[in-house]
Amino acid sequence: MDLRDITNFISNSAESLNIKKWDFGASFSNDFSVQVDKGIAKQLKASQKQVLTLRVWNDNNLVGITTTSDLSENGLKKALYQANLASDYGNKNELTDFSPLAKDPIEKIKVAKRSPVGIKKLLEALRIAENKLLNKHSAIKTIPYNGLSESFFKRVYANSEGAQRSYEKSQAAIYLYARAEENNRKPRSSGSVKIGYGLEDLDINSCIEEAAEKTISHLNYSAIETGKYKICFSPESFLTLINAFSSMFNARSIIDGVSISNKESIGEMIANPSLNVFDDGLHEKNISSAPFDGEGTPTKKLCLINQGRLENFIHSESTARIFKTKPTGHAGLGSKVSVSTDWIVVERSAEVISQDNDLNHKDYLGKYIYIEELNAIHAGVKASQGSFSLPFDGWLYERGKKISIEAATVAGDFKTLLKEILSIEKKQYLTTSGISPHIWVKELSITGDA
Amino acid sequence: MVLTSYINKEIDFNEENKQLLEEVISHGLSLGADFVEIFLENTDNISVLVEEDCITSVSPSFGKGAGIRIFKDKRDGFVSTNDLSRKGLISSITQAIEMLDINSTTLKRFQGLENIRNYSIDKNTWLESIPTVNEIGEKLLSSTKFLKKEEKVNVRKGSYARNWQKVIIASSDGTFAKDIRLHQTVGLNVIALDKQYRSSGSRRFGSSDSPNEFKNWNHEEAANDVLESSMNMLYADYVDACQKPVVLANKFGGVIFHEACGHLLETTQIERGTTPFANKLNKKIAHEAVTAVDEGISPGSFGSLSVDDEGMEPEKSVLIKEGVLKKFISDRAGEMRTGHKRTGSGRRQNYSFAAASRMRNTFIAKGNYSKDELINSINDGLYCKSMGGGSVGATGQFNFAVEEGYLIKNGKLTKPVKGATLIGEATEVMPKISMCGNDLELAPGFCGSISGSVNVTVGQPHIKVDSITIGGR
Repeated sequence: MDLRDITNFISNSAESLNIKKWDFGASFSNDFSVQVDKGIAKQLKASQKQVLTLRVWNDNNLVGITTTSDLSENGLKKALYQANLASDYGNKNELTDFSPLAKDPIEKIKVAKRSPVGIKKLLEALRIAENKLLNKHSAIKTIPYNGLSESFFKRVYANSEGAQRSYEKSQAAIYLYARAEENNRKPRSSGSVKIGYGLEDLDINSCIEEAAEKTISHLNYSAIETGKYKICFSPESFLTLINAFSSMFNARSIIDGVSISNKESIGEMIANPSLNVFDDGLHEKNISSAPFDGEGTPTKKLCLINQGRLENFIHSESTARIFKTKPTGHAGLGSKVSVSTDWIVVERSAEVISQDNDLNHKDYLGKYIYIEELNAIHAGVKASQGSFSLPFDGWLYERGKKISIEAATVAGDFKTLLKEILSIEKKQYLTTSGISPHIWVKELSITGDA
Repeated sequence: MVLTSYINKEIDFNEENKQLLEEVISHGLSLGADFVEIFLENTDNISVLVEEDCITSVSPSFGKGAGIRIFKDKRDGFVSTNDLSRKGLISSITQAIEMLDINSTTLKRFQGLENIRNYSIDKNTWLESIPTVNEIGEKLLSSTKFLKKEEKVNVRKGSYARNWQKVIIASSDGTFAKDIRLHQTVGLNVIALDKQYRSSGSRRFGSSDSPNEFKNWNHEEAANDVLESSMNMLYADYVDACQKPVVLANKFGGVIFHEACGHLLETTQIERGTTPFANKLNKKIAHEAVTAVDEGISPGSFGSLSVDDEGMEPEKSVLIKEGVLKKFISDRAGEMRTGHKRTGSGRRQNYSFAAASRMRNTFIAKGNYSKDELINSINDGLYCKSMGGGSVGATGQFNFAVEEGYLIKNGKLTKPVKGATLIGEATEVMPKISMCGNDLELAPGFCGSISGSVNVTVGQPHIKVDSITIGGR
């Protein structure tokens, strides 16, 4: 597949329809995945996918769009025709343009493109991993959710003003979720996910160890009392929460009135001064890094919270124009262009003012709840209102001893939480969705089952 | 990939393509597969978004693809592709065979495809008879304009989506079927704002195979409903965490049964060993007040279908009768691996997913009580008028957000409360559903699971749960 071929074909076809301005983004992927059930191959999958999103501008500078998986000549012609029709309904109140940065040089990122190892090797590796995990503890009876996959994809962007960008990547992922049960007590389940550029980069042993440790450690559980507790968020759980409320950094959400921030929020003190938050899609540890966004804008590192102060919003071309700034490389490509964060990095700032700033989850002897993993984010987060009520997996710690919590939810207000951060530990941990240290919060409401 | 389709003639969705499909199936069997299934899909979709008083997005999309699945013993391999040429299909099935590492000398006989069962005959004109973008835009604009009548409403949105899908299903047992499916949804969303107070409200309506349903949609009634809900909740206090009896409203209240129990009755859960009900057939798993049904045959309902994605006509399955488990929801792989007969429930989001056992229209059957009788029976509890989303973990624990809740005191509804989450486990909650109302209604929704997102309806009458954990502040 050649980007130039598609670009030339669209260019010629557009000309014949008297369409002068257009752009498109496309992706082409080959994916392979396996699942096993006690050593037996459960389902083996392969897929070849292609999808192209095309925008055209009509004489009134209104945009129409069409998405298709039919990249034949007829398919592309139909896409142009439909997009042209749709442009009659383009948004007159918010005009869209090419990104002014669509031709800027893009940063060269580390690309470790691996070759496919094939289904047989994936299957063999997953069988071994499943067997090792099953043998970790007699209570682990099944690994009901497991999978090993590898993907190879190419993404492109081009427009009628000559911008042309593309990149190719490979990615592999393994997930192992074990289910354990003993002594006629309720079953417990937990797991781990690892990603890498290819099978050879996956830390499968860590995945097995983490899944086993998390599952087994929760076997001896207790219900806890409902009340207010001091909280320590694991790096994973804090990143989950900050991603769930990322509309507070999102210019699109602010314009749409569905964010807890507003246009004047930049510069506001929104968190404890010891908190820094960046969006760093190009971080060397981000396996999923992409050098440009849906509009062709180069990806870059952006500070979102600087010493507790809201520093920047993320933008598409149109939101940037409304906010009189530049696009930040966070756009999708659509009729209404979406904006989203890439890869969040949380760190302790130089401005540490908390009296309790030396809290450390490894040696703190007071009573607190450690939130390992938050669940059901789509159901329990009201991003437009800033509130959350979420089930979690975690422990109650007291005098250095920990008890797994049977079933509980944590509820609160995200803005209040940011301000009531007690401590941000120094050490950062790498997760699949970003980097963060452990974060301590003064107190949150916990509903237990005791 | 691009431009290659001109080298090989592609599947024509206006034709039966019988010869080509037989050739591909025969090829798979000749390489040692026990069973071959081909699912071909052609789609034509559009979505429209109106915000405040302006159309802000019109997004058409179209596409085509094939999902080819082969079975050998109880293993299966699945390959999906956008290349619908003969070469592409043969290449895909060969890849599926190679994945399963088949090296068999015993070959299955294939007697060819049966005469096509064409469920699409009366449906070919649907694309011409559904509402135009102008008609959709006008009605959505009327809806958002209507939402203006409450001045505290700060964000007003109306959305419409149409999914048109033509499918051809062919398999080595002779199954050969063709269908056209049409799903339309329309939704309204608001955010109300007054100083530090915020609330949101949303309602969604949906239909299947009813081209004119959108034209009949009563947008003023829908707008009034969503306004009333958001204004009632604007100044609501957070609920206290507690354990109390609850009354769950009809319609979308059924999402709890769908998530907490329905999924556990899918054979995919038996295969995984993740359902506590696997060995409970003909045993009591719920209160005798509970009878629950999953079916795909109610005309116009969002989860209805003429034929499932494995070529079987849907049936009405009584899952639980007066508290006793009677049936599981099964697909082809489920029947093969668990022994439970197929129920016409093999479903998938699109060609890139293999079908799996999935719910369709799933509901608790009506009982004999009025809504007031349920509420009057509670001294101190919660009425959950509108439910949000929820989830169920691998061990059966569920949690659901209550979008619109009211405290019940001495048998009467009192003040609205927000922030409630219902937490429990199906095995513990099902026996506590002690009263069912007489006002069964269904509501459309989307269900995401192993084979992607599929259209479903959930439903129930008002029901009373004797005690449940309520998460709050």
